[in-house]
Amino acid sequence: MTSEDKPKEFASLDDAIDWQTHSYFSRILNKQSFWVFIAAAIACLALAIVTDTFATPQNLFNVTRNFAFVAIVALGMTVVIISGGIDLSVGSTLCLSAMVLAILMNAGNPLWLSALAAIASALLVGLVNGLLIAYLRIPPFVVTLGMLSLARSAAMVLSNNKMVFQFGPDEKLLFWLGGGSSFGIAHPVIALVLLALLTGFMLKWTRWGTHVFAIGSNERAAGLTGINVLGLKVSVYMCSAFFAGVAGVLEAGWLGGVTTNLGQSMELSVIAASVIGGANLMGGAGTVFGSVVGAALIEVIRNSLILLGISTFWQGAFVGSFIILAVAFDRLRALRDESR
Amino acid sequence: MSVLRLEWISKHFGAIQALEEVSLSLEPGEVLGLMGDNGAGKSTLVKIIAGNYRPSDGRIYIGDVQKDFHHPIEARESGIEIVYQDLALCDNLTAATNVFLGRELTRSFGPFRVMDFGSMNAAAAKLFKELKSETRPKDLVRDMSGGQRQAVAIARTRLASAKIVLMDEPTAAISVRQVAEVLNLIRELKHQQIAVILISHRMPDVFAVADRITVLRRGRKVADKPVSETTPEEVTGLITGAIQAA
Ligand SMILES: Nc1ncnc2c1ncn2[C@@H]1O[C@H](COP(=O)(O)OP(=O)(O)OP(=O)(O)O)[C@@H](O)[C@H]1O
Ligand SMILES: [Mg+2]
Repeated sequence: MTSEDKPKEFASLDDAIDWQTHSYFSRILNKQSFWVFIAAAIACLALAIVTDTFATPQNLFNVTRNFAFVAIVALGMTVVIISGGIDLSVGSTLCLSAMVLAILMNAGNPLWLSALAAIASALLVGLVNGLLIAYLRIPPFVVTLGMLSLARSAAMVLSNNKMVFQFGPDEKLLFWLGGGSSFGIAHPVIALVLLALLTGFMLKWTRWGTHVFAIGSNERAAGLTGINVLGLKVSVYMCSAFFAGVAGVLEAGWLGGVTTNLGQSMELSVIAASVIGGANLMGGAGTVFGSVVGAALIEVIRNSLILLGISTFWQGAFVGSFIILAVAFDRLRALRDESR
Repeated sequence: MSVLRLEWISKHFGAIQALEEVSLSLEPGEVLGLMGDNGAGKSTLVKIIAGNYRPSDGRIYIGDVQKDFHHPIEARESGIEIVYQDLALCDNLTAATNVFLGRELTRSFGPFRVMDFGSMNAAAAKLFKELKSETRPKDLVRDMSGGQRQAVAIARTRLASAKIVLMDEPTAAISVRQVAEVLNLIRELKHQQIAVILISHRMPDVFAVADRITVLRRGRKVADKPVSETTPEEVTGLITGAIQAA
């Protein structure tokens, strides 16, 4: 609460109700995603001035496409984190989905069928995660850590740990889907925009979204209102797996080949993107915009290190600092709120 | 006719006997003050009525019908609402969203059903007004005072046209001004012919709004009398055991 929040005399109850606590501006300033956005914008601006390689259409195209995969998976991760959970298996799920796609297409199946099967395999991973977490009450960290290992192993078994780089009759279509562009925008970026809008809509405008926020903040209270907490949890992990599955299909098309180390340790960048964007690992908070901006910031940092000729070994240091900074920012704000 | 009747309710948790053969009845529009020392069994009793626990023994009648609740939702469907000791609200949601949580209003948007925030905010504003509370529907519960949180929790109970509202220590841990607010909320419920069970350790609050006082001691009912026929001193004696029964 702000200091102007202290009791005032109101002419009527209606005045009191209409009286807005926060101005629109102060509300924006309080949003972590806004500050991350500013940070990313400043980084871009500085790079555009310092280097003559950053602001080229080709580089911008590459940057946006590169972060699209992390950002798509981060959308699902954000939903999981809002619900109070975590999903460490997204990188492996992405790999499994890409591998199922690759093997089926390699065997001569059409793209649509293979993509459906790929996403179905991802959804199955999410379903197993969700059932174990919701019904057996095994901590999400443990279940998805196990699944991280399991799903990647499944991809290895399926492919006999070989790289797949021939995709049958629909190969061109797949490469166009993941590696092509329309209106000068890379297809993964278009997919990201559409999926981000969808996720934002679901979180803000559906009962499902409200319930995800509710269980993240107070699971018991949510259960007492009659919300189906267990089913909701399963849906949340399936949502995360779905986004990983979609990203897997797109990334297979972009790379033009699938190996079993695809998406390895991707969960770290994905969680980092969500957290930098304001998702609270304790649950109950997170935004779509924030996670996309968080993913963008990570990629801009990576890109800038390359352009500035700094060793990419430094990337981890920057991303790590940003994670800690983002959480520290949140803590400071909470402390300030408490001290009022 | 009574809205609620309990007959010989007992409850044990393993070896702990939390309630022993408690009987009770409640009229429409009646406010019952439920008092007793820490661990006397007050919360357990209201949680049994609200369907959180099943009694080990005894019967519950709502109106004339015997009930056996397995889940809080079944109790709510019978017109029983409970305001928990810890309120059970979601801090990160607005007052209006909390009021409607689990029974949100929606409208159609193309093929979808979307949240109807406008209607929910308006309806919540109306409820807060009925309760004469200065609670703003769009404020986050996180930023609210204890009294406003109580108003949100109580407004929830008003949605379902409850017949019985159970309140577990609604005046603990809030300021004097807010206590007055909550007591007014209770009077407002009574005025609308809703029966209330009020658990409180605060003697003045109970004497201010209750029609009748029931005292539990170590899981047993030791007194049940109209407020006009007892005094704070007597009730204190009953709670501590200085007076055996009345
Ligand atoms: N879920 C439970 N499992 C085991 N024992 C319980 C449980 N709930 C309550 N008890 C025990 O039952 C007894 C009555 O507890 P209850 O919470 O009803 O007391 P209370 O009158 O509400 O006390 P307070 O004033 O402190 O809220 C206590 O001894 C308590 O430890
Ligand atoms: Mg209690």
